[in-house]
Amino acid sequence: MKTRTVLHYAVLCAIALVCVFPFWWTVVTALSTEGNVFAFPPTFWPKSPSLANFEEAFRVIPFLAFFKNSVLIAALTVFWKLALCSMAAYPLARMHFRGRRLVFGLILATLVLPSEVNFLVNFITVTKLSLVDTYAGVILPNVVTAVAILLLKQAFEEVPQDLIDAARVDGASEWIIFTRIMLPLIAPWLATVGILTAVEAWNEYIWPSIVMSKPDEFPLSVGVLYLRGTFGSSTRVIAAGTVLTILPTLAAFLFTQRYFMRGMDGAVK
Amino acid sequence: MVSGRRTALAAWLFLAPALVLLAAFSFWPVGFGSYLAFTDYSLIRPTSSVGLDNFRYIFDNEMFVTGLKNSLVFLLMVPFVQIGALGLAVLVNNRLPGIRLFRAAFYVPVVTTVSVVGIMWGFMFHEQGALNYMLMALRFVDAPVGWLSNDTLALFCIMFVTLWRGLGWYMVMYLAALQAVPAEMQEAAILDGASRWQRFWKITVPMLHPTIMVCTILSVLAALKAYQEVDVLTQGGPMNSTFTALYYSYDQGLKHLKLPRALAASFVVSVFCVGIAMLCLRYLKPRQK
Repeated sequence: MKTRTVLHYAVLCAIALVCVFPFWWTVVTALSTEGNVFAFPPTFWPKSPSLANFEEAFRVIPFLAFFKNSVLIAALTVFWKLALCSMAAYPLARMHFRGRRLVFGLILATLVLPSEVNFLVNFITVTKLSLVDTYAGVILPNVVTAVAILLLKQAFEEVPQDLIDAARVDGASEWIIFTRIMLPLIAPWLATVGILTAVEAWNEYIWPSIVMSKPDEFPLSVGVLYLRGTFGSSTRVIAAGTVLTILPTLAAFLFTQRYFMRGMDGAVK
Repeated sequence: MVSGRRTALAAWLFLAPALVLLAAFSFWPVGFGSYLAFTDYSLIRPTSSVGLDNFRYIFDNEMFVTGLKNSLVFLLMVPFVQIGALGLAVLVNNRLPGIRLFRAAFYVPVVTTVSVVGIMWGFMFHEQGALNYMLMALRFVDAPVGWLSNDTLALFCIMFVTLWRGLGWYMVMYLAALQAVPAEMQEAAILDGASRWQRFWKITVPMLHPTIMVCTILSVLAALKAYQEVDVLTQGGPMNSTFTALYYSYDQGLKHLKLPRALAASFVVSVFCVGIAMLCLRYLKPRQK
């Protein structure tokens, strides 16, 4: 039994090393002041660590502007996704009306549709709507997703019917029932969808790079590559920019791990 | 549940904003995009139909044909991702001290933006990067290997990075499914003297069948549609050897503004995706009891 546990940990550690090593090496590079990422032999521990590279990263790219853009894009996507997807999920879960199955089928179909290159046509649409270079252009295509609607529909279905009936007897409108009773009751699920969406929106890379044409409108996920393109020689500064880019998502993930670990299973049922 | 005229009106009002956005940004691109694949659309002159010309062009084009082949090679990843993820899920489905830390470590690549993944693995695969150093220190190789500059190796490096990014996501799916397997079933089997191996094959795997099916299909579709890792690691090079079918679409559509060609390529990928998804559904379906 004892050797079995040791072996178990050994395997876990080996795989974890492969998963985490690229991050570790990037951090070491970002903190190093001498040599660079391509020094041979490389260093696995920072020599005379300092924050100089971070200062340099702040100096050479409009880091705070990128950061602000990322925060705004993530926050707006979360807000609108929670609002519109919960509004869509509620009638699908709790009302009878003609066309309900059809609408639900259409929403499910978007899961199978080849959406990866929708941006080719979406760019035409966004151009026609004059939304190029706007936050609205970046967030609108990502606001409504089938996965979010499915998760929230599941959540609405678990709310006891008595609560809704009681409110109806009191003469509450559907909107009041939705905002005052249903939404507070599914708050944990809203949090789950919100956190998953925030990380997704923060990490979105292809679409914002298409919609935003000016460097100071880029979110971090796009701007960090811009750093590589413009200052290709200074790998340590790129590493510092990389660390700054992923720090917020890593922190969000580590503090809210449980949301990620249960996030998808509700949607797949 | 409530029904009636007023309810129907309320229901549609609740649904309207979401449906408008879905129509505009999910259905319109597929419909209008498929139409444009058969035209000579461009921003500067009126559109006219060109029949199958775009398809003829791409199937004569070396980059697209290589890309399509590479996308099929990507399918080789599916068993590795799925068996690996299931294995990981089994390894972390317990209460050993520190297990949450390991789960987090396996999931961290999933929450990392693809551009950062490209930068980090660019460092790793560099000729004087960490990978070569370790391999040379262990004397597996004598001289540094040009991982991303070698036209046979580069594709496999990209495939490895997609595996690295994907494992944690599927692990969480399998972990949730494993935790839904009733403990009594395992306990009864232990009383009956079933070995670990028997319990895994006779209880766990059949219970997980629906999850395995869903994950396999998602993984097949993801493999066929891979292109972002190509963009951040090699941009199709060296010598166009790492083009995938959708990377061709992305490259033509965005970098060369040849939209009809790009949409024809993505149309072909869609046909493959739908076809393969239907095959999977047919052959991986759990047997009805």
